[in-house]
Amino acid sequence: MADIRPSGYSKHRKKQTYTRRLGTRASPLQMLMSERVGGMLALLLVIAVLPLVLANNYQYDVAITIGINAIVVIGLNLLIGYAGQISLGHAGFFALGAYASAILTSRYGLHGALAMPLGALGVGLLAYIMARPILRLSGHYLAMATLGVGVIINIVISREAWLTGGPDGMYVPAMEVWGVELYGGQIWYWIVAAFLVLAIWISLNVIDSPVGRALRGLHGAEVAAEVAGVDTTRYKVMVFVLSAVMASVAGSLAAHFSEFVTPEKASFFHSILFVTMVVFGGMASTFGALVGAAVLTVLPQLLADFASYEHMILGLIMMTVMIFMPRGLVPTLSGLARRRGARR
Amino acid sequence: MPPAFVELLQFLLSGVTSGAIYALVALGFALIYNASHVINFAQGEFVMLGGMVTWVLLSQGIDLPLAVLGAVGLTMLVGLLLEKLAIEPVRNANVVTLIIITIGAAIFLRGLTSVTLGKDLHALPAFSGNEPLDLMGATIMPQSLWILGTTALIVLLLHVFFNYTLLGKAILATSHNRLAARLMGINVNFVLLLSFGLSALLGAIAGILIAPITATHFEVGIMLGLKGFAAAILGGLGSGLGAIVGGLLLGIIESLGAGYISSDYKDAMAFVVILGVLFLMPSGLFGKRGTERV
Amino acid sequence: MFKRMTKGLLAATVAVFALGGTAPAVAQDDPIRIGSFLAVTGPASFLGDPELKTLEMYIARINGAGGLVGRQLELIHYDTGGDANKARTFAKRLLEEDEVDVILGGSTTGTTMAVIPLVERAEIPFISFAGGVVIIDPVKPWVFKTPHTDRMACGKIFEDMQARGISNVGLISGTGGFGKSMRAQCLEVAPEYDIEIVADETYAPSDTDMVAQLTKIKNTEGLEAVVNPGFGQGPAIVTKNFAQLGFEVPLYQSHGVASKKFIELAGEAAEGVRLPAAALLVAEKLPMDDLQRPIVMGYMTTYEAEYGAGSVSTFGGHAYDGLMMYKAAVEAAGSADPAAVREALEGISGFIGTAGEVNMSADDHLGLDLSAFRMLEIQGGDWTLVE
Repeated sequence: MADIRPSGYSKHRKKQTYTRRLGTRASPLQMLMSERVGGMLALLLVIAVLPLVLANNYQYDVAITIGINAIVVIGLNLLIGYAGQISLGHAGFFALGAYASAILTSRYGLHGALAMPLGALGVGLLAYIMARPILRLSGHYLAMATLGVGVIINIVISREAWLTGGPDGMYVPAMEVWGVELYGGQIWYWIVAAFLVLAIWISLNVIDSPVGRALRGLHGAEVAAEVAGVDTTRYKVMVFVLSAVMASVAGSLAAHFSEFVTPEKASFFHSILFVTMVVFGGMASTFGALVGAAVLTVLPQLLADFASYEHMILGLIMMTVMIFMPRGLVPTLSGLARRRGARR
Repeated sequence: MPPAFVELLQFLLSGVTSGAIYALVALGFALIYNASHVINFAQGEFVMLGGMVTWVLLSQGIDLPLAVLGAVGLTMLVGLLLEKLAIEPVRNANVVTLIIITIGAAIFLRGLTSVTLGKDLHALPAFSGNEPLDLMGATIMPQSLWILGTTALIVLLLHVFFNYTLLGKAILATSHNRLAARLMGINVNFVLLLSFGLSALLGAIAGILIAPITATHFEVGIMLGLKGFAAAILGGLGSGLGAIVGGLLLGIIESLGAGYISSDYKDAMAFVVILGVLFLMPSGLFGKRGTERV
Repeated sequence: MFKRMTKGLLAATVAVFALGGTAPAVAQDDPIRIGSFLAVTGPASFLGDPELKTLEMYIARINGAGGLVGRQLELIHYDTGGDANKARTFAKRLLEEDEVDVILGGSTTGTTMAVIPLVERAEIPFISFAGGVVIIDPVKPWVFKTPHTDRMACGKIFEDMQARGISNVGLISGTGGFGKSMRAQCLEVAPEYDIEIVADETYAPSDTDMVAQLTKIKNTEGLEAVVNPGFGQGPAIVTKNFAQLGFEVPLYQSHGVASKKFIELAGEAAEGVRLPAAALLVAEKLPMDDLQRPIVMGYMTTYEAEYGAGSVSTFGGHAYDGLMMYKAAVEAAGSADPAAVREALEGISGFIGTAGEVNMSADDHLGLDLSAFRMLEIQGGDWTLVE
């Protein structure tokens, strides 16, 4: 089986557990230095300050897209980085969430705040049913199976035009809360920010929970863990369902925010993009996932000015970063920073 | 001949033609997978380069055989460069990182082609004309015969290469156990390089063979790459026989599905079958029933 | 750890910040900013590519001739790859950040539809180059379009069939936005022309072989003709497979293949294929007194001088029409003020473009009728007018 965990994984992890154990009786300064507290505070600070910088609705749009992508990628990172399972089909779950919101609100008159959890519930159920047979597969076979699920979802969405509007997509009515129409970057910025913080909180807690410990325990020695009586499949299923639900919620947010959904959301490339964000930022790092989402959302916008050279440059950047930082941006850069700190 | 039989025959002929192309692409995936355990998502770009470069050379007034040779050579060079510059330096990175690198390479190659060769569709002339041949009431294009014949020849050559030459055996040995191969004095890096070169060769040939039927375009590799990957998995990764059977099967499922069930859901049906096979046989049809070392 | 998080997030912040340019102050001698988003890559690149080339070429020409109402034109373009979500983000960028005076573009119906709510809210005139009838039906105040609709294409094809006494028709359409939308329109207007759709098959836009679907259509009883709504390489493959299977009925393609490229791709198999298209394709064969002749000849020679003989397509023509209509509207309004230009666009009448004579009104933001569509037949590797 192909081992997809980062090579520097165990060393890195040991260090963190160490800090965390310290954290229970640690000084405030040490708490601040931990990923959980410090990272979260830094994130809250950035979220609070960012609106001072954002000049118009377009820039809000980019910031919100980062947030929405990050929610998916944080969930996917749990699956790829911690549970060691790859998925090339998460855009399918994202699209199901988006279309659940779009269809339930526009065709059945449901409130958006109700459509989102209903969509998430449906996707969660689907993921749960699929999880056992699919997670029996490993490595590239798992990649293929998840890819297949994503492609099938994509095809169904684009063929059933009576329900989904077909390949040209469909409009989603603006969400109303107490008579106020939720429209515009400012409002959605705070909504998405709240969901993002929630997603990170969930992710950090899962990593620290018995599930996370079990997943770490079975790293590289799945069979041994099974022999020792750990029900590895159960934990993998839990993480798979959780990541699918997070993708679905992000999809619902995207649908209501952009008021338009297309089958592109379920495309293979969208799935690949999510996985790339995980790897780019750094596997097994929640904040790495966030950075990956941010960089790969902003990058195409910056490159759009290069017109026809856009794709060439994007491909080149992807290759060079992964060649020179095979563990991803955040782990590599923080490793560098730590080494430099030690030298001093 | 009863009409129902002619219809079935027509579906099969059409399915086998597409399937042979999928099989060539799948063989490319299998070769690289065997040598490196990497899924090379730039495999489709080799297919694209084969067709596009042949078109460029033809439009410069170069004869078809020379143009084909040039296109295959250039694509192989790209494959070798990809391995040397992007894969070898990170040999020990985890597999997902390597996959992302190949995806980056695919985007780069598509971008480079669109900038240098443009975004137009281009047709290649059929190798032996466009007069359909009659086969018991069904028809087949001469180009399809070229595809089937070339694929069969390549399969034969690969069989001989892997089973009867030292180099081929060295590649096989490396795919089974890299450390042991190295200890036996096999230059593992060279084997890796060779596998990328061979894969590029197969991709380029597939691209050239199919271009007279479908036309070629800087993005033509996306779908063929994906189908080739699906075929390789269906047959069982790393198995040459699996890649061929997987490719042919995929082509036939698509064709029969479109003909008898629903053309709307032809692609979906192919993936449903693949999922079904994987659920029953988690390593594909001919994949190694791997026991994991603990 | 804290430091590293801050660093990473700050980097992201800076990157977002870097996106923000400086807000342009609008003065009279500033250029008129023309925003555009086209599918220059992706499956619809054969639409977006000539459209962008046309816009670039003619904006340079207008600037060379002194600009528009004394101001130069500036083109700001983003490539959507045919993705409606990207189109939406880029439209926002054009409206909010680049503060454009008009948007020309949207190669496909999907990308156009995604952008419509934004331009309606921003109240900026928007001229689309996409075919779908849904773009202008119902009429949206700020949205106009230049090409004939897919509904008109079906009408034109069925009109020609009626004249030939054909009533049983097989459909084979692409599952992309264009094919799917035109298929729906054809099914809807068929009864008006006493046409019965006896077979209805589809193929995915990137498919390499449609023999199975065509075999099924061929074996349909009473078949008298086949129509293929779609664009890209799909229709060329359909045409080749059609010839391979030895059909004895005529094949109709749509305006989605209206470029020489199609004849090149389909080769001999294209002989006898009919399609509805704008006059541009048969510019040289138009009668000398045809009102469109000078316009289409002018565009064709200009484009082909730049990009080679046989490179002209009706798609680039849509962009030409859009730009020229905008030019006419600005000149009529005397300024680039969005509201005044919108008003002027709606008042356009007797405008001759590559698509035909355009007469806009408050309840018609297309302004073309069926008469501007020509029925063409491919003969000897070239277009001929069907009388």
